[in-house]
Amino acid sequence: MKKPSTQSLWYTFQAIVARELLRFFQQKSRLFSALVRPLLWLIVFAAGFRSALGLSITPPYETYILYQEYIVPGLCGMIILFNAMQSSLSMVYDREMGSMKILLMSPAPKAFLLFAKLCGGALLSLLQVVIFILLAWVVDIETPLLGLVYSIPTIFLTAFFLGSLGLILANNIKQLENFAGVMNFVIFPMFFLSSALYPLWKIKESSLYLYWICKYNPFTFAVEMLRFSLYEQYNVELIALVAGITFTCAFFAINTFKAKK
Amino acid sequence: MSIKISGLSHNYGIKEALNNVNLELHEGFNVLLGPNGAGKSTLFSLLTAQLSIQHGDIWFDKASMLQPQRDLFKQIGVVFQSTTLDLDLTVQQNLLYFAALHGISKQQALHQLSPILCALSLTKHLGEKVRQLNQGHRRRVELARSVLHEPKYLFLDEPTVGLDVPSRKAIIAYVRTLAATGVTILWTTHLLDEVQGEDQLILLNDGHVLLSEECQTALESNHKASVLELYQSLTDRVLEAI
Repeated sequence: MKKPSTQSLWYTFQAIVARELLRFFQQKSRLFSALVRPLLWLIVFAAGFRSALGLSITPPYETYILYQEYIVPGLCGMIILFNAMQSSLSMVYDREMGSMKILLMSPAPKAFLLFAKLCGGALLSLLQVVIFILLAWVVDIETPLLGLVYSIPTIFLTAFFLGSLGLILANNIKQLENFAGVMNFVIFPMFFLSSALYPLWKIKESSLYLYWICKYNPFTFAVEMLRFSLYEQYNVELIALVAGITFTCAFFAINTFKAKK
Repeated sequence: MSIKISGLSHNYGIKEALNNVNLELHEGFNVLLGPNGAGKSTLFSLLTAQLSIQHGDIWFDKASMLQPQRDLFKQIGVVFQSTTLDLDLTVQQNLLYFAALHGISKQQALHQLSPILCALSLTKHLGEKVRQLNQGHRRRVELARSVLHEPKYLFLDEPTVGLDVPSRKAIIAYVRTLAATGVTILWTTHLLDEVQGEDQLILLNDGHVLLSEECQTALESNHKASVLELYQSLTDRVLEAI
């Protein structure tokens, strides 16, 4: 038996990524809600909490910043998190509808097929983050535009991490109806128990237990990694941590993924 | 091109679905008959690698399914019992997506598809979304998709159930032309009028193979005038299809 040629794999890769993009653009409400959610946090929530939450100078910031500016990387993480979970939801749907069977009957290696799906999801995340940052500029919350270029690899890495986590969840969700549970038990705790909305030292002042949970929440690593890259810096330690977690999640997700329950 | 199934057993917990199934599927039209719960879907799922083999083995010529060889999928075409098309994509997008999953370029796929689409009267529906098609045409699209990579083995799980007469006829006629060209077909059905004398008839009941031989020969050796009589005498069950 021959292995698929590089060209065959390239056609397969293109098709899977294109299908992810096509399906996204067919669901116009998905793009709309993907942007409205973080913008509401940025414009409404952050404006309200701006005066209540004072911030000290912590890396990568070199001066005092507004709260709105602080939560931008966290909201970028939120966009990627929701997009990854939306992709996992669509995988559950694909499995119920049977189109996952068709995908997994491709001669290309299963790991490659799932990698291509993750790439499609990562591209969508990147697109949404770029639009969000540009919209943030419109409301005078200006993160360095060059930081966006720095952030392309970290956005991809975060998307791969959360996408792999989504794959693991998709493998364990038997029905679409169970997805509400994922929202309550995975997405919200992951987001709120991180440094996305408040700096860790603030949490430490309130509760030491919460601080330790937030500090070692993998989503915190991803948000902080994004924070550095959005300010044109790379934190190698955080990148290594997120890469390690991503590799572990991806390995587990790919090796346990099944076409049907 | 033949498929050899040897000592195949499968259980769902304590429920036995297949028990020591030994079969050989040859080039041409092989019909798998059996009442509900006979184990047809389990056998189908094992043949299409949707389930992992628990006991026994399946050989596609010299390739064993116990050893993971994804390249085998290049030789297998499948029409599943339930629709597996993306309803929001057009017929062409669905077909090209599948072609690309098999490493076939758009140009090559369109070239290969042209006669298939003509034979299945699908050419004018290429630009339509699958959601807009009736059940019969969706089935034809699935059949077109299952053969566009020119498989040597084609498995169809009750492909004509619920279809109108023209769609049934079109699908059966097309698959029979493929069988005549040397493709090994496994056609699972409840509908006895789809069986012809020269077909290889496989009768499955309660996870056991009751019969596996040419239909005409089976009728003669069992002194039965029709497939229905043969079926009833072997299974002691009444077909839902009657």
